[in-house]
Amino acid sequence: MDKIYKALAEIVGEEFVSNRKEELYIYSRDSGLSEPRFPDYVVMPRTVEEVQKIIQLANKEKIHVVPAGASLSLSGLTIPQKGGIVIDMRRMDRILELNRKGRYVVLEAGVTQGKLQAFLEENAPDLCHSLPEAPPSATVVGNLVIHGQGNLTQAYGFNSSMISGLEVVLPNGEICRIGSCSLSPYWFSIEPLPYLAGLFLGWFGTTGVITKVGLRLYPKKKLRDVELFVLEDPKLVSEVIYRVTHTEMAEDITTVAQPYPLMFQGTIMIGIYLTGDTEEELEFKRRLIWSSLSELIKAKEGGFMALTPDMKVGFLEKPMSSLTRSADILKGGGFVYCGAIIPIEKFPEALKKLFEIAERNGVTFAHTGRVIGRGHCMMFAFAYPFNRADLERMEKAKRALFDSYVATLEIGGVPWKPGAEEQKLILERMDKNSVELIKRIRELLDPNKIMNPGNWEVEL
Amino acid sequence: MSMELHRCFRCGWCKLPSDFVDYNCPSYAKFRFESFSPGGRLWLIRAWLNRELTWSENFAKILFSCVACKNCAEQCKMRFKDEIVDWITSAKSLAIEKGLAPPKVRDFLENIAKHGNPWGLPRAQRASWLDLNKFEGEEDLLYIGCECAYEERGQKMAKNVIELFKIAGLSFGTLGNEEECDGNEAYMLGELGLFQELASKNTQKFKELGVKKVITISPHAFNAMKKYPNRDFEVLHFTQLLLELIQKGKLKLSELDLTVTYHDPCFLGRHNGIYSEPRKILKSIPGLKLVEMKRNKENSFCCGGGSGNFVFDLLGGSESPARLRVREALNTGAEILAVACPICKAMFEDAVKDEASDLEVKDIAEILLRSAERI
Amino acid sequence: MQSQNFVLKFQKELCETCPTYDCLTRCQYLNIDTKTAEREIRKLLNGEDSFVLHECVTCYACEEYCKRGNHPFYLITDLQEKKGILPAPKPIVKQWVNLGIPDKKDIPHFYGAEEPVISLCLFPDFVDSISGKLFQGVSIVLGRHFFCNLVYLHFGKPSLIRERLPKIIENIASHGFKEVVFFHDECYSTFTSYADAYDIKVPFRPVHLFEYLYNRLKELKDEIKPLNVRIAYQRNCSTRLTPEKEHYLDKIFELLGVERVERKYDRENALCCGGIIRALQKLELFVEVQKKNVEDMKKAKAEYCVFNCPACYSSLAERVRKEGIKPIMLHQLCKLALREEPR
Repeated sequence: MDKIYKALAEIVGEEFVSNRKEELYIYSRDSGLSEPRFPDYVVMPRTVEEVQKIIQLANKEKIHVVPAGASLSLSGLTIPQKGGIVIDMRRMDRILELNRKGRYVVLEAGVTQGKLQAFLEENAPDLCHSLPEAPPSATVVGNLVIHGQGNLTQAYGFNSSMISGLEVVLPNGEICRIGSCSLSPYWFSIEPLPYLAGLFLGWFGTTGVITKVGLRLYPKKKLRDVELFVLEDPKLVSEVIYRVTHTEMAEDITTVAQPYPLMFQGTIMIGIYLTGDTEEELEFKRRLIWSSLSELIKAKEGGFMALTPDMKVGFLEKPMSSLTRSADILKGGGFVYCGAIIPIEKFPEALKKLFEIAERNGVTFAHTGRVIGRGHCMMFAFAYPFNRADLERMEKAKRALFDSYVATLEIGGVPWKPGAEEQKLILERMDKNSVELIKRIRELLDPNKIMNPGNWEVEL
Repeated sequence: MSMELHRCFRCGWCKLPSDFVDYNCPSYAKFRFESFSPGGRLWLIRAWLNRELTWSENFAKILFSCVACKNCAEQCKMRFKDEIVDWITSAKSLAIEKGLAPPKVRDFLENIAKHGNPWGLPRAQRASWLDLNKFEGEEDLLYIGCECAYEERGQKMAKNVIELFKIAGLSFGTLGNEEECDGNEAYMLGELGLFQELASKNTQKFKELGVKKVITISPHAFNAMKKYPNRDFEVLHFTQLLLELIQKGKLKLSELDLTVTYHDPCFLGRHNGIYSEPRKILKSIPGLKLVEMKRNKENSFCCGGGSGNFVFDLLGGSESPARLRVREALNTGAEILAVACPICKAMFEDAVKDEASDLEVKDIAEILLRSAERI
Repeated sequence: MQSQNFVLKFQKELCETCPTYDCLTRCQYLNIDTKTAEREIRKLLNGEDSFVLHECVTCYACEEYCKRGNHPFYLITDLQEKKGILPAPKPIVKQWVNLGIPDKKDIPHFYGAEEPVISLCLFPDFVDSISGKLFQGVSIVLGRHFFCNLVYLHFGKPSLIRERLPKIIENIASHGFKEVVFFHDECYSTFTSYADAYDIKVPFRPVHLFEYLYNRLKELKDEIKPLNVRIAYQRNCSTRLTPEKEHYLDKIFELLGVERVERKYDRENALCCGGIIRALQKLELFVEVQKKNVEDMKKAKAEYCVFNCPACYSSLAERVRKEGIKPIMLHQLCKLALREEPR
């Protein structure tokens, strides 16, 4: 029997390792449009010690390792670009601690968004975490390591800035804790120590395997409502966001622009979510938000849309299943998007690029976006549905996607969770000393170059 | 095969219940490889049909470990959701047609075809334990079903149901050894020819005997008969009838100081939308406290016995769905896990033993009987 | 196809000799005294600007208040458009304009429909509710090719109604329907009041849902189990255009055995559901109007709030429910009395 397989089976048990072609097939691809690349093994550890042993084995055998959550990035970040072992982290799915008064949880890296959501619903209904619009099967840590966003991002920044502690297996197999948990039993804060968390976030598993995370929780109000502010002129989007964020009364702020249904054509909708423990609180916030936009309303430039109760249900669903459903717009099981992190004033430019790219490539498109911080920047998604059974359409969507990455860089934005190819575009444009630093850090942490190769790979 | 398999995005909602508390796809919960999730399975079927992948033992396991519990269809957010189970069944059908099914599955179906039951036991044994008159134009026909006819625990369940019917003064009979398999598993395994043959045999027999109403013990039989083409008889699950008897005052119930949790069988619940009758029965027993498991009704977590797995058991082991479910039942603090399906009953009784747990598995009829007998 | 230039049949002299100016003095939202009304009406008659054109909440009520058969509301909306006064912000108007564009995708596909036929306007969500004894044998038509477009009265775009309406009428007529039951009051009022005011010919008989329900309920009289509940009725805006059919409503309530509670804001004094007030971005007024309305229902001890218009239901039902009053559509109330589960 294969030596590595045997060693992996000894670590995790034979049930949880595979080199069978069906598992290799599934783990060779995600739901996006990246080229499939086959792993040699898939393994599912249950403990940090097992992860450690897998990494030690990989070092010994000089075999590549790709840590994976639910593989839902859509940009191929867990596709093993150069083969090796895919570590599916989802058996490590325990929620280890809830500190209610300190508002944080400690959880293992395989816990899904859904599981944490359900756990809090049951054990701390007045607390919530920043939930992304990913399917509930996505993992919490998967979202954090790619600098994901969620419904609390407008108020508190990127979800990765809500981390209060980390446990990581380093590329050399050492287990390392980061933040208060490195010197105390409590996982309440990354700060004020040297900011080591930055070595593992946004690196797509090239610097280690996160096994545990401390995550901040936030007040969850009993009531939640949504208003849609509609504009025609994209230039006014940043003004609206500036005014609404100034009130500090909104929870989430999102943007939508899409050609269908016909009703929406030619308009931009800004979703403003508000929460409150009482009707009074909710109405108070609503009034402040409405009045912050009164000048635009008076000038007839924008207004709040009337939402039917059914529409509201769709918008208030957590997470919104309608976003997943958009994969079936072309009855074809797929969409991809480039999530551009851009300054908000770049919205009109990005939207114009989106229209141009869609037209040039002959593809259907949609835009959704989310405000990050109090208008500090936003995620602007250039999204393209495709039909998995239609190769030509897939090819067109792929081209449109690539163009969107280029466009993002052209307007001064930074692509979020770029795939291996797009990372090269970024590195080409990045300040050379920054690139050099990335390289040196990787060499230092991962001398055997085993960790998710093909990602953030610097070839100077 | 007309399938739009490519429409699956593999987003994974199908793995979970509606409140996301835990994985709710039995084969995924057990194996944990993405390939064993509904989406993974659909993508692999597509790859197999496109000849990207060839048949293998592992693929057979992936395909046939789907228990057709319908959680995926219940939770899928796409417009094709109602077709998912049919797609998987079609793939099983194709595998069987091509002679690729694993030996255990093949034997299962052959036994049904030859002997009228999945174990290949003699037909003469079917009703040997049953002390009841053959159907002679009574109001109702009680359909016993293979799981109750041949399996000791099923037999006990059938006896409980019969006893209750007698107490209520119901006019009913059975088909004795002449009973034929209901064909539900043949249907779910994609052996449609066999299903149709069984359906037509049963329909014909019922017609000859003038059967107007069939009461099934197993939800699997209930489900199968609902699908019979040209069905001209009414079919009820025994819990529906029991509730009616209670409501009509035909069963007088005395107090039982018990804490019970109820497990929804997939073929009664998700496949046929019957959630309230069994609960109403339990709640009608004075003193009985009904507590719910986290995953209940539409979100019920399957025992792992569907689609023939109660015989060929591809999902067995320490993390089998039945054992996971027993742990969930224990968490409610209930002393009894109530079931309404002989397959669930057998699966859970085995699981309770493996878990060395004090939890008692009882069918609803047995619990009701205890309450009714004391009068 | 170039649409005709339909002109409002408006008799200026009726207003000039009006002793009351009810159209403005009875307005529940603008608070106008007789003297101001006289002044503003003269402006309107002369086609001049008036604050009325800017502040009108477009509730249609003045059409009903005018007892001389003139069309003050139609005049207001025509002038709003002429002067480019948009009651709502541009993007909101745009969305509404987009909403009604008859798309190639929904080319009329109801040629199999047979009378009796009911048009559901743009309310596909109600298809399932058109069932049971009340609607036995009824064919349903709906979609943008059956959409009356009257909603643009709210958005200062009445010419759009006149532009689209002939095609809609042509489509309905081309199905060969002699009579069409309109589920949405607004459709009925379009094909009667509005079409008449602009001399638009309607080659079929519009039947109001009230009339249909009343006739059906009479046929099913023996099966009705009186509901014995107190209901508050929420009148909708377009009903102001055709109050002549309202007598059916009280007869329906009588058949159902429900008591339409006497309250301040019913009949001619009815208040807008608030939906359009909100769409015109008047949040404070919206809150105030809904509050007044629902408190009035509570004071009258209503158990149900009965709606005729699905749009009113959409904007007011939740508010009503919060106050412990059950919201229900009229046809669903009828079903309740027939012991059918409202879907």
